[in-house]
Amino acid sequence: MESTTTAVCRLRINGELRECAIRPNTTLLEALRYELGLTGSKQGCDKGDCGACTVVVDGEPVLSCISLALAFEGREITTIEGVSEGGRPHPLQDAFDVTGGAQCGFCTPGILMSAWALLRRNPSPSRAEIAHALSGNLCRCTGYTKIFEAVERAAESLRGAR
Amino acid sequence: MSKERAGTPAIPADRMMPAERRLTPPAWPGGRTAAPDGEFHVIGKRNRKVEGLAKVTGRAIYADDIALPRMIYAKLLRSPHAHARIRSIDASAALTVPGVYAVITGKDLPEYFGIIPWTQDEQALCEDKARYVGDAVLALAADSELIAEEALKLIRVEYEPLPAITSIEDALARPEVKVNEKAKDGNISKHVHLEFGDVEAELKKSDATVEAEYWYEGSTHTPIEPHCAIADFDATGFLTLYSSTQVAHYLHRDLARVLGLPTQRIRVIQPVVGGAFGGKSEPFSLEFCAAKLSMMLGRPVKILYTREEVFYAHRGRHPMRLSYRTGIRRDGTLTGVDARIHIDGGAYSSFGLVTTYYSGQLLTAPYQMGAYRFDSTRVFTNKPCCGPKRGHGSVQPRFAFECQIDKLAEAIGMDPVEVRRKNWIGENTRTVNELRVTSNGFPQCLDAVERASDWKRKFRRMPYGRGVGVAGSMYISGTNYCIYPNEMPQSGVQLKLDRSGRATVFCGASDIGQGSDSVLAYIVAEELGLDLRDIRVVAADTDLTPVDLGSYSSRETFMVGNACLDAARKLRLLVAESLAERWGCRPDEVTLAEGVACSSRAPEKEHMSVKEAFQLAESRHGTLGSVGWYQSPKLGGDYRGGTIGASPAYSFTAHVAEVECDPETGRVDVKKIWIAHDCGRALSPVAVEGQMEGSAYMGFAEAIFEEQIFKPAAPGHGPGLHHGPSLLDYRIPTSLDTPELESIIIESVDPEGPYGAKEAGEGPLHPSIPAIANAIYDALGIRCDRLPFDPPRVHKLLRAADARAQWERARRQVSGATPVPATAAAARRT
Repeated sequence: MESTTTAVCRLRINGELRECAIRPNTTLLEALRYELGLTGSKQGCDKGDCGACTVVVDGEPVLSCISLALAFEGREITTIEGVSEGGRPHPLQDAFDVTGGAQCGFCTPGILMSAWALLRRNPSPSRAEIAHALSGNLCRCTGYTKIFEAVERAAESLRGAR
Repeated sequence: MSKERAGTPAIPADRMMPAERRLTPPAWPGGRTAAPDGEFHVIGKRNRKVEGLAKVTGRAIYADDIALPRMIYAKLLRSPHAHARIRSIDASAALTVPGVYAVITGKDLPEYFGIIPWTQDEQALCEDKARYVGDAVLALAADSELIAEEALKLIRVEYEPLPAITSIEDALARPEVKVNEKAKDGNISKHVHLEFGDVEAELKKSDATVEAEYWYEGSTHTPIEPHCAIADFDATGFLTLYSSTQVAHYLHRDLARVLGLPTQRIRVIQPVVGGAFGGKSEPFSLEFCAAKLSMMLGRPVKILYTREEVFYAHRGRHPMRLSYRTGIRRDGTLTGVDARIHIDGGAYSSFGLVTTYYSGQLLTAPYQMGAYRFDSTRVFTNKPCCGPKRGHGSVQPRFAFECQIDKLAEAIGMDPVEVRRKNWIGENTRTVNELRVTSNGFPQCLDAVERASDWKRKFRRMPYGRGVGVAGSMYISGTNYCIYPNEMPQSGVQLKLDRSGRATVFCGASDIGQGSDSVLAYIVAEELGLDLRDIRVVAADTDLTPVDLGSYSSRETFMVGNACLDAARKLRLLVAESLAERWGCRPDEVTLAEGVACSSRAPEKEHMSVKEAFQLAESRHGTLGSVGWYQSPKLGGDYRGGTIGASPAYSFTAHVAEVECDPETGRVDVKKIWIAHDCGRALSPVAVEGQMEGSAYMGFAEAIFEEQIFKPAAPGHGPGLHHGPSLLDYRIPTSLDTPELESIIIESVDPEGPYGAKEAGEGPLHPSIPAIANAIYDALGIRCDRLPFDPPRVHKLLRAADARAQWERARRQVSGATPVPATAAAARRT
């Protein structure tokens, strides 16, 4: 039967310290979506297969649906809500919008997080490197073409801004 | 991306049926089809989507993102048997669990429903019998999903297992084992036999005929968003249902039917939907169960399907066994086409009546055929129900037929592109089964992919293991008739405009990611000269929006677009009249574009902002608003079933696929697909390309990867168990698997589409599969007539035949001076 014990979990998300009372078996995705109101991260399979729940922890993409929330205390978590800067869309988000990289948009937050992590460690990825970095994120709408274009466009604009 | 334009004259009056003259689409004020000043400002530009930024910033609200005060959760209990009578259900232990509120079974929702009014054979929960592994039997509401899952383990269901039917052969051979009691004859769901012309006489005129059997494996949609519904029944007796549906209107009707509530006491809201592809185009158990539990408990109830449950909800591509006999003359003219098709429908009807017709009716263009006969039978089996997946009913026969054409081309020694060109049916004509075809840019599609792929230098000229293949297709832009017979509009739009300079469009249209909300905004922006940011789209909310039938059969751009154009032009006329009066010019001399209203006569003197123009119009005419609607002309053949497949416009597509195969392992690597699609006018080239690429990807996935298949009985489980209901076991292509996709938009400018637009969402899927199959033949000399073309199957074909010798013969056939008689087992001279 369901565990009734709850623990206070302190998570550093998008630069803010957030607290929630959760059961020890609560996943990071459940904590984000259902405890902290951060519904941008999506649940597509709840098994780590689709990547819609991807968030970035200390610079690395992490599947939040198969990660326990309590294990991420003290780590730096970034979700899709933390990507835009000063209320303005990040160049990556803007590029996805302009190129048509988001159709239904459900896989988009996860894909953006994988791409965001990629561009932070590699500002000039080749198309093969982009495809590799996004291979854990399933998209069912686009055939990936416009997603690749969006990441390339964002990389170019970020390099220009630097 | 490149663009090409094909000129299309209006359909001549003598080619129309009398009914078409009576019921032409609504005439626009001024009778225009072009932009107000002869040039488009929004239409055809690479615009953003209206909801794009909300999606990329994580702010778009999908069904599971909604949480209402006092909301509780429900879970469904599903049958572990493929076919079993339900003897008894004991939920007493579960109901004692703290946090459990209620349990419902089939007895609580006995009313049958179904998307097609003539074949309503489903219950929200099985009452007497479960018909597949995963069929829903019971629903339980609790404080949390976790409590509900634990409590479900305490439910005792006594099942009496029955023999299970798991194949087409079984279904036909064992009529006494009845899967679905609503079937009139054994396990036959639907049978259609139609014949147009004398097929045998036509076949006799052939110089070569090809006879072959094909197998199209089933596949499923797998939108990344699982189905989710939230029901909220309030104290006034009013039900609000939020659902990840693509057919809010049909869901509204079936909710009323099953719940015994009048439609005027139900509101259906479609939040942002995370992909559908046909997989959310009819009501499902979760919507009825959430609603019923909310009515019983007086609080909001949410049901979110797990990924595993999405595989059981299914309604995906029907497995089909297709036999074709097709003839050709030496000059390349197709003669007779004889098709015999068996369709595995799963346990229920769904859209199956239409599927059975579509499996034959939609084959008759883009090629002329001398005579045509098809005999299609859909059967019930103890598996999740199949339904409409992108390219409903016509993807499977298109695969078989385009492979047939490739074989026939080889038999007469003609380039397969040339055979397709030679048999083009033309524009403003009728197909052999009496479908009216107007605009038709298929030859331009063929030219485009032939040129872009460098076809002439590659076909039958690349080294062993590498090849190219071509295929073509057509698809409907909406069906001419509503699913339930009525004389009301298929699409309605209301438009509000006021002194603020902002417009709001209300429409029942269902945006599932394809961009129908944006199409509405683009049209209003174009007609009223507004900035896209100054338009709000309110869609798919049955309380707020006029009826649109929803997102299926590629109808939204064509029908919603026409309705919206109707509404926008009515308002535009009011504004133009007000300005014309002020300036003393004619209304057609007034232009509204990019935020400015001006006269074409003296724009430097006679101009103002559109906001001021709306204020002027509001002063003269009172509060501004309009309604627009679309109802398609009466079309179709004069025979039973002749309206199924009739559409006001058809889209056309051609693909060339290039493959690189490993003859050692049988691995097929699709390197690139060139896609040329005639979508009429591309209202949004970004969205059209997105549909073309997404379609080609999904077709490629069916060709190489995907199988919705079920296991035979084994120790530990009975027959009919899903092979692997997860996104790990059911392999959909990743970013590393997907080939390079190149879209080429062909604009034939349809005489009846909004600004000349036709569909782009489903047509471009069709040629993917046969183009890849034909490319594999060019690469390896083997004919892949059974899906999917995965390494084990390809390897088996390579071992079974002297592939290399056949490959060499095929090369001589095209490049050689004298056509050699076809020697393949499949082809024979007549």
